[in-house]
Amino acid sequence: MTAISREEVAHLARLARLAVTDEELDMFAGQLDVILQSVARVGEVAAEDIPPTSHSVPLTNVFRPDEPRPGLTRAAALAGAPDSAEDRFRVPRILDEEE
Amino acid sequence: MTYADIVERYEPVIGLETHVELGTRTKMFCSCPTEFGAEPNTQVCPVCLALPGALPVVNAVAIESTIKIGLALNCSIAEWCRFARKNYFYPDMPKNFQISQYDEPLCFDGYLDVEVDGRTVRIEIERVHMEEDTGKTMHIGGSTGRIQGATESLVDYNRAGIPLIEIVTKPVTGTGAMAPEVAKAYVAELRDVLRGLGVSDVRMEQGSLRCDVNTSLNKPGEEWGTRTETKNVNSLRSVERAVRSEIIRQSGILDDGGKITQETRHFHEDTGQTTSGRSKETATDYRYFPEPDLVPVTPAREWVEEIRAGLPEMPRVRRLRLREAWGLSEHDMQSVLNAGAVDLIEATIVAGASSEGARKWWMGELARRSNETGQELDALGITPQWVAELVSLTDAGKLNDKLARQVVEAGLNGEGTPGEIMAARKLEVVSDTGALLEAIDAAIAANPDVAEKIRGGNQGAAGVLIGAVMKTTGGQADAKTVRGLILEKLK
Amino acid sequence: MSSLIKKTAAELGELIAAGQTSALEVTREHLDQISKVDGRVHAFLHVDVEGALAAAKAVDARRAAGEKLGPLAGVPIAVKDVVTTKGLPTTAGSKILEGWVPPYDATLVERLKDAGTVILGKTNMDEFAMGSSTEYSAYGPTFNPWDLTRIPGGSGGGSSAALAAYEAPLSIGTDTGGSIRQPGAVTGTVGAKPTYGGTSRYGLIAFSSSLDTPGPCARTVLDAALLHEVIAGHDPRDSTSIPAPVSPVVAAARQGMSGDLTGVKLGLVKEFMSAEGAEPGVVAAFHAAVESLTKLGAEIVEISCPNFVYALPTYYLIAPSECSSNLARFDGVRYGLRVGDNGVNSLEEVMSLTREAGFGPEVKRRIMVGTYALSSGYYDAYYGQAQKVRTLITRDFQAAFEKVDALISPTTPFVAFQLGARTADPSSMYLADLYTIPSNLYGGPAISVPCGLSEGLPVGLQVMAPTLADDRMYRVAAALESTIGTLTPPEL
Ligand SMILES: [Mg+2]
Ligand SMILES: [Zn+2]
Repeated sequence: MTAISREEVAHLARLARLAVTDEELDMFAGQLDVILQSVARVGEVAAEDIPPTSHSVPLTNVFRPDEPRPGLTRAAALAGAPDSAEDRFRVPRILDEEE
Repeated sequence: MTYADIVERYEPVIGLETHVELGTRTKMFCSCPTEFGAEPNTQVCPVCLALPGALPVVNAVAIESTIKIGLALNCSIAEWCRFARKNYFYPDMPKNFQISQYDEPLCFDGYLDVEVDGRTVRIEIERVHMEEDTGKTMHIGGSTGRIQGATESLVDYNRAGIPLIEIVTKPVTGTGAMAPEVAKAYVAELRDVLRGLGVSDVRMEQGSLRCDVNTSLNKPGEEWGTRTETKNVNSLRSVERAVRSEIIRQSGILDDGGKITQETRHFHEDTGQTTSGRSKETATDYRYFPEPDLVPVTPAREWVEEIRAGLPEMPRVRRLRLREAWGLSEHDMQSVLNAGAVDLIEATIVAGASSEGARKWWMGELARRSNETGQELDALGITPQWVAELVSLTDAGKLNDKLARQVVEAGLNGEGTPGEIMAARKLEVVSDTGALLEAIDAAIAANPDVAEKIRGGNQGAAGVLIGAVMKTTGGQADAKTVRGLILEKLK
Repeated sequence: MSSLIKKTAAELGELIAAGQTSALEVTREHLDQISKVDGRVHAFLHVDVEGALAAAKAVDARRAAGEKLGPLAGVPIAVKDVVTTKGLPTTAGSKILEGWVPPYDATLVERLKDAGTVILGKTNMDEFAMGSSTEYSAYGPTFNPWDLTRIPGGSGGGSSAALAAYEAPLSIGTDTGGSIRQPGAVTGTVGAKPTYGGTSRYGLIAFSSSLDTPGPCARTVLDAALLHEVIAGHDPRDSTSIPAPVSPVVAAARQGMSGDLTGVKLGLVKEFMSAEGAEPGVVAAFHAAVESLTKLGAEIVEISCPNFVYALPTYYLIAPSECSSNLARFDGVRYGLRVGDNGVNSLEEVMSLTREAGFGPEVKRRIMVGTYALSSGYYDAYYGQAQKVRTLITRDFQAAFEKVDALISPTTPFVAFQLGARTADPSSMYLADLYTIPSNLYGGPAISVPCGLSEGLPVGLQVMAPTLADDRMYRVAAALESTIGTLTPPEL
């Protein structure tokens, strides 16, 4: 496995919305490198034809009836908000549209 | 460069992604109600607000509705599929991931046939999958209410988590100049199918049906070109306009030797043009992975067949059946469809009218009024039973054409049933032969030269005498009867 | 020291039900102990004095009214701060949730309340349950009551330390890779990870959804079983909750207490025994315990689970991947911390500044590892491959349980280490969960029970059982406890 670069760490931090500092970039680049090399050991196992396990419980078709139930009051919903206005959650200006 | 020239030189390839909000009572993964237009943040709970610790549970009716849609679109229904997380940050998406489906959609490999100018085009369906809607964001401080220039935004999560079905077509090729109409016809047909299934109210103006349109151009015989994805195309007319304007825009770039950028574009209703959005190069890596909080969906085959057996007749099949039954040309049937009169005419026939009679009034006087006032036909206050009564009165000779029009006029003014209107306004064909003969004698006496022509064999001249008789009887005579009596008299 | 706080939960429940003491008295004594020792132990992030007293009074009133009380009615309990409690602050040990008060109770908290237990408060933990020492709590570490210079294990160090410090007879933990069992082992207490899906995750702040399992912590096996029975069972609000009856864990614990394991086959995993890094004192204590189990009638068989050596890397791909997604919701929009909202910064910047300031280094590290492992181009080699190896580890367990009733191992390779000893090298910390992780990947139940001392510090023995056979591990653990006895920490 190739070593992870400072730029890659910066890219990951952007994807994960972490405003990491320069010192952190250096620190994480080193640590992630060690961690990723050690976890890459899973690649040693020949598992091509093995089905992946995403859930350890053998359950399927867990559904709920389409019946409305009371949720939170608006006051309770907004109580934890860092900022709100006009009964809505207020956020700073949004840069660009995503889908 | 005209559009005709462009489609001579380039072949358009289109693709459509349609999002449909299901009409379930509760959200996709929680029991919050889904009513449209509720006060902000009053239809929310720990799950759809993504409070720490909350977990999703799938709505059974949403699964059933999706299978219905899949079957109506001739899809295969997966025997085993899962939900996946689509990861990206956006404030109207509380978890900062959308629960969607990725490589294991519930329905796949189907088709929908649509008719354009008498030609049947088969639109292949790649997949129908389940996901959840986002909240609604209000942008404050900008001039236009748009995101650009806004200083802050306000989020309402009532819509967050409403079941959303995404229907994706395979690329549609070989439609040439018709591509824009094909796109429109597909969305219209899809809307009719969904409405017929009763799974969604499919109201484009309220956003319960939303379209993204992919368009690319290539020279004949060459590889497909780079495509753009036009978002926010939210009316049937816009679907057609968006494809057309994108064909014209792309051809201009290609003609100048330029390259099409793979990007998202936004359609503007006011200008009919698209503008550039986010380019795909900077697109997020969605990091899809199976949703660990939900278990696989494995619809039992018997259940799928039960759902299939309960599907209503598909709109296209019904149209063909009715066209045949009513003896209409393709063109006439199209007019009926365009007027939105199919259901009304069918109900009028069920209420006892002949198909000609039913069609004559709905497509004639009533359609004219609907056009004038901009009201839908079914909003005019005239019912199929009303029209059926009118038709039976004219068939029985109690109303002639002219009187019937007066009755319709009065009906549109809310004056009651045809029978009531006739009684109140004393409108009935004069069938008293004595009275008619008197009027005929008077007409002959007043027009001796015309009478002479008729006696000489010129039956066409009878019109003048008929007109005179109608005048004296105030229009309440049956023209055919009068004509017969005149010709008899002047034989 | 008062006698009440040293009693087991079972004893307290009986005394209260019989009217020989009151829930209020029991609660007061535990609250007193908290105020006396928690300044040094720091097991609690939040103590709910008023709520606890009110709940205790309510139980006493019910008894006075002639109501028959359940076995744990009036018994105090501490809840790991990763579980939501309506009206009580819940932080998951993170700055990003500082001051957040949930508007709803987790399912297990509802069940605790229904059973009449008295919630004393919320316990310290590694931030978002990521860690093995509770040093990654944003609110400062918890100290091991056996030696206050040492770690109490993690992530549920607060829940286990509270037991060892006699601040509570019961506590709730959550176990993603060993966070109930490893702290149990190093504090000389009992910690059980139920079958995945056996206890509801609704209201448990997610770290790794396919691994997270809430479970009981106690000072005795029977107490753990009693608590297990209260919180386990199907919950329609958790889609991965198993709709099956809970196995008879209390009966199994009582059966084990008789000290007879005749006919029980226990497997020693060869690959564990040969793994490097286990301290000799731990290995010695474990072997002595195996000797005791043999004397109780158990048959010991060596078993090979070849893929267990890949459990650690598999876990450190799956857990970070899921956490990178689960923790995306902490963005400063709907709740919790917001940083940098100065009228100039965009939302994107505010989100990034908030998460940067709100998450500690271990959380950020795992988010980035997970983001990497899920990104296109790496998915197949990392997350995808880890899921396949997870299948192989599951098959190893299934094959082993064809041959034996349960597997046993040390709970953790080393006794409680000094604070700060492993924080500089994240991967050395990860070794703490070497033996506990396989059960999380498989989903089966596992329990840690004290089995002796090494250098004066507790050593735990782990019993791993097949899926849904939680009762089996209680029987074996209770039998061992009956011969070794419980461990008594030094007075604080
Ligand atoms: Mg979508
Ligand atoms: Zn909700």
